[in-house]
Parts: sequence; structure tokens; C-alpha cells
Amino acid sequence: MSAHKQILGAALLTLMGAAAYAADAIGAVQKQPLNMTAIGMFFVFVVATMGITYWAASRTKSTADFYTAGGGITGFQNGLAIAGDYMSAATLLGLSAMTFSKGLDGFIYAIGFFVGWPVILFLMAERLRNLGKFTFADIASYRLEQGTIRSFAAFGSLTVVCFYLIVQMVGAGQLIKLLFGLDYTTAVIVVGVLMVIYVTFGGMIATTWVQIIKACLMLFGGTVLLFLALSQFGFSLETAAQKAVEVHKDGGKIMGPGSLLADPVNAVSLSLGLVFGTAGLPHIMMRFFTVPNAKEARKSVFVASGCIGYFFMVVCALGLMAIVIVGTNPEFFEGGDTAGKLIGGGNMPVMHLAKAVGGNLFLGFMSAVAFATILAVVSGLALAGASAIAHDIYARVICKGSASETQEMRVSKLATVALGVVAVLLGILFEKQNIAFLVGLTFGIAASTNFPILILSMYWKGLTTRGALLGGLVGLISAVGFVVLSKAVWVVVLGNAAPIFPYEQPALFSMPLAFFFTWLFSVTDSSARSKTDKAGFDDQYVRSQTGIGAAAASAH
Amino acid sequence: MSAEIYRKVRANPLFSELEGKRSRFAYLLSAIVLITYYAMMMLVAFAPEVMRTPISAGSTLTIGVPVGAVIIIGSWVLTGWFVSRSNGEFDRLNNEIIQEATK
Repeated sequence: MSAHKQILGAALLTLMGAAAYAADAIGAVQKQPLNMTAIGMFFVFVVATMGITYWAASRTKSTADFYTAGGGITGFQNGLAIAGDYMSAATLLGLSAMTFSKGLDGFIYAIGFFVGWPVILFLMAERLRNLGKFTFADIASYRLEQGTIRSFAAFGSLTVVCFYLIVQMVGAGQLIKLLFGLDYTTAVIVVGVLMVIYVTFGGMIATTWVQIIKACLMLFGGTVLLFLALSQFGFSLETAAQKAVEVHKDGGKIMGPGSLLADPVNAVSLSLGLVFGTAGLPHIMMRFFTVPNAKEARKSVFVASGCIGYFFMVVCALGLMAIVIVGTNPEFFEGGDTAGKLIGGGNMPVMHLAKAVGGNLFLGFMSAVAFATILAVVSGLALAGASAIAHDIYARVICKGSASETQEMRVSKLATVALGVVAVLLGILFEKQNIAFLVGLTFGIAASTNFPILILSMYWKGLTTRGALLGGLVGLISAVGFVVLSKAVWVVVLGNAAPIFPYEQPALFSMPLAFFFTWLFSVTDSSARSKTDKAGFDDQYVRSQTGIGAAAASAH
Repeated sequence: MSAEIYRKVRANPLFSELEGKRSRFAYLLSAIVLITYYAMMMLVAFAPEVMRTPISAGSTLTIGVPVGAVIIIGSWVLTGWFVSRSNGEFDRLNNEIIQEATK
């Protein structure tokens, strides 16, 4: 595999919601001088969000407040928060970088990351809201055996949360070293401490507002950048495209599908992993429980997909214009050689574009937004992890529902602090590691373990405890196995010559395996438990459709 | 919530009407989005030259750009349709069912 293709592979993984590529591309780069503008702006963000956390703390009294903001978030607010989760630093940097280097391919990829949202709305949003209370395990274990399925679902959530936390932490450290000129370890600790403060004191209310503010900043920053950049082309995308074709080394080819999509199997597997992995991410599913009813849950996906779609189109347009504005300016290249490497690595075009059209002040703003983004995502992850530990494992499985509200709250806060410590330690431990494989693992497990159990428990009466457990295990083992045999681990980490599994994402293969074995172990299950499992479906079905019996908003 | 209320709902013909209509609508829209998307991917994989056709004679922008934009905007419009129909027509039906069941 050529170096060129390797870089593209890494860029693809970046797009899967994380700044993993940063570890490859940015790692080798020298720490930049302190960027006081960026640090100042980030400080303003921290002060504002601390104020919100203080306010949220006074409203976070019950476990329902802590996990789901008491179901009191409106559809519009939740939509912005979901969009905030999805418009990560990696989509801003990675998608623009891909358009910058490959043209239309970047846009075609962006579409693949978008189309999952409408489908999640049509098939899942309403049922998620009507069945869930605090966690995804609530739904998975609704009619199946509590102890087994809840533990397994909580385990699935925690695995995804931990891997994703490492990815975010390492990405944060590298990105901040580059954009702020701060030390890696300092950056990781700052992220960990702020995350713990937001979550332990402000719970879901604070986490949601951090996410909303960040989403607005991101949309605002992207729009201003689009306006400033377009103004250099007389507000004509056609002019920008013409100039881009003139200066890009691939010329007119960038306006059509290129090498990135030469392997459709890989492309489809990636898009499956992303679409269904997203639907299986515990911190995304949790967002559906923060609204008062199914009506608001639907509205939130409408708002979220509108923001995400808009943002993706803006980011791709930015990548295109960066070809001209950044790609021809020696100031942004190492040694001033426009045929060489970009300063800061291949993920930096949009940041350089911000500097080129908006000066240092705007660059500082965009850097602060990128930092805020990581902070918002890790807070959501920590909350999802804490709820799996405190609500699923402690309150439901260990105490079998006898834990008091106060006890459960205490455990959830302790769990948050523990997750914060673990995240910082792992973040430091993995500093020099190539963590691209963790992104593949995160989405692979979410798509092949969490998602099949979730969708089948809502749609298929025949699902039994045995089927869900064994099928879920097959999904877990095959996702992990394929990732280990893929290039990211087999070649990059273990040093073998060629990968055994030739694709970057296991979903196209591990998902069907999980579904097949869940089906097989369910239909051959004639235990007494399987009859209870199936008998529970009809009531569950009515509740999922009508919302009768669904957790309502708490009174305040 | 007792199982009794769920039995009542199931016995209500309005419930089968609601779930039939709503599921068909959801499946239809999902199919439109997924088929359009995978059709585009097939085009990209097996007939990339189609995506490279200029929008109009002499333009640099190719068909790929508006096709992509239409998929994003179009599927977003579909989510809007789904939400308005669900939050209006289907929720009215749903409320009727709940009222009858809790009488």
C-alpha cells in the first residue's frame, strides 16, 4: 500500500468522529509557540460554561436530572446538542482536509456521514424515547432478562465509552499542542478536569448546554469563514472551482470521484460502520431521553440533521476554497514549499484558511472552538459511562433496584471522577501510540454489538435473552477480530507486512454476523425464559408506538 | 402502568391503523433515502464519468456537486415531512387511542 493511500486511510478514520489522525499527522510536529488569542478565547468559553454548570448544579437534584436533565430539554435545544456531538473537531478538520486534497471525494464522503440521521429518525428516534429512561441498556433489557442483558449492554456501552475517550483525549492533546502551544500532558489534564467538573456538578443539564453553545459557535465560525473565503471569489463557487482546478496538482480530476472511492466495498463498510455505529453510541442514544416526549425527540432530529447537513456542505466548500487560498500560499507550508507538507500536518487546511482570511484573531477563535468541541464530546461520554456504571450495574444489577436515589447519585459522581482519572491516565499512556485502530474499534463495536441488540429488541418479537447475548458476543468478537487483522493493528501496531483483513471498517462483515447469530440463537431457543422474553414484546410494542408508560419530564 | 391498558390499546382498531400507516411511512422514507444514497455510490463506483459531467457547457463545477447537495437537502426535507406528519396526523390518532384506553 502506497504512503499516499495510507494517509488517505488515516484521514478516513479521522472522519469517523475523532481526531485520531492527529496522532499520526500531528504527533511528529513541534509544539507551536503559545497562542494567547486562542487561550484567551478558550478561557472566556470556560468561564461561561462554568457559570452554566453552577446554575445547572442547583437544578440537578434527582438521578433523572443528572442523567437526562429531567427530560426537560426542548426538541430544538436537543437538536443543537445532537448536532454538537456530531460536528466534532474531526469533521471540521478531517472533512475539509479531505476536500482540500481530493476534491469531490471529500463531499461524497460527507454525504455518507449524513444519511444515517434521517434513517435514525424514521426508524428509531420515537421508539428510543418511548422505551428508554436513562440508558440504552434500559431498552435492551426491557423484556429480556435484566441481570444478563443489562450487564452485557452496560459492558458494551462502557467499552465504547472508554475507547472513544482515549481517542478524544489523545486527539485533544495533539490538537492543543499544535493550536494553543500548550504541553500535551497539560492539555490532557485540563480536558479531564473540566470534563469532571461539568459532569459531576452540572450533570446532563450542563453537558447539554456546553454542547449547545459549542454547536452555535461552530456554526457561526463556519459561516463567517465561508463568507470571508467566498468574498475572495466574488461569492461564486464556480470561480472558486475554476481557480482550484488551475492550481491543484490533480487539476480537473478533483471535480469528479477519484481514488478515494476506487474501492466501493471499503467505502460501504465505512459508511455502514458510521451510520449504525452512530446509532449505537451510548452518548448519542442518551440524548433522546433528555426530551419530554416523542414529539420533541422527532423535532430534535430534524433540527440536528439540518445543522449537520448545512455544516458538512460549508466545510466541504471551505476545503475547496482552501485549495486556492492556502494551497498557493508558501506561508502555510514547511520551508515555504507549496509542493511539500502543510505546517501542522494534513488536517490543518481549515485552520490555515481561518488565518488567511480572518487573521490571528479568527484563527484563535476557531482554535478555541475546536478545543471546546472536544470538551463537549468527552463530557457526554463521561456522562454515558457514569450512567452505565451507576444506573445499570450498581443500581439495577448489584442492588436490584433497592438503591436509594442518594446512593445512586453518589455512585454516579464517583464513577465520573473515576472515568476522568482513567481517561487522563490512558490519554497520557497512549500519547505516542498510533490510536487509529481505536476509532475502528469504537464504531465497529457500537455498530455490531449495541446496534443489533437495540434494533432487534424494538422490532423483532422473536428476540430472546440467549439470542441477544450470544449474537451480541459474536458481533463484539468479530468486530474486535477484524480490527486486529486489519492494517491499523496487524501492520501498524504489530508490524506485520500485510493486513489479513483488507478493509478499514469491520461493519459490513461483523454486522451481518451479529444479526445472523442473534437470529439463530433466538429461534433455536426453547427455554422457559425465551417464552417470557417473547411474551413481553406485545406490551413493549404498544409502549414504543404510543408512549403509554414512558418516562415523563420531571416537574420543574 | 398495568398490562391492562396495553391490552385495551391492542384491541383498538385505531391502533393497527396508526402503526400500519406510520410504519409504512417510515419504511418508505428510509427506503427513499438509502436507495438514493446507494444509487449514487454505485454511480461513483461503476460510472464515475457521469458524476464528472459539467453542470453546463464550459463550467468547472460538475454534476457531482448538485447531486450531493440534493441528497443532503432532499433527505433533510424528508425528515421535515416525517416530523410534521408524525407530530400532526399521527399524534392526533395516538392521543385518541390513549384517551380511549384510559377512559
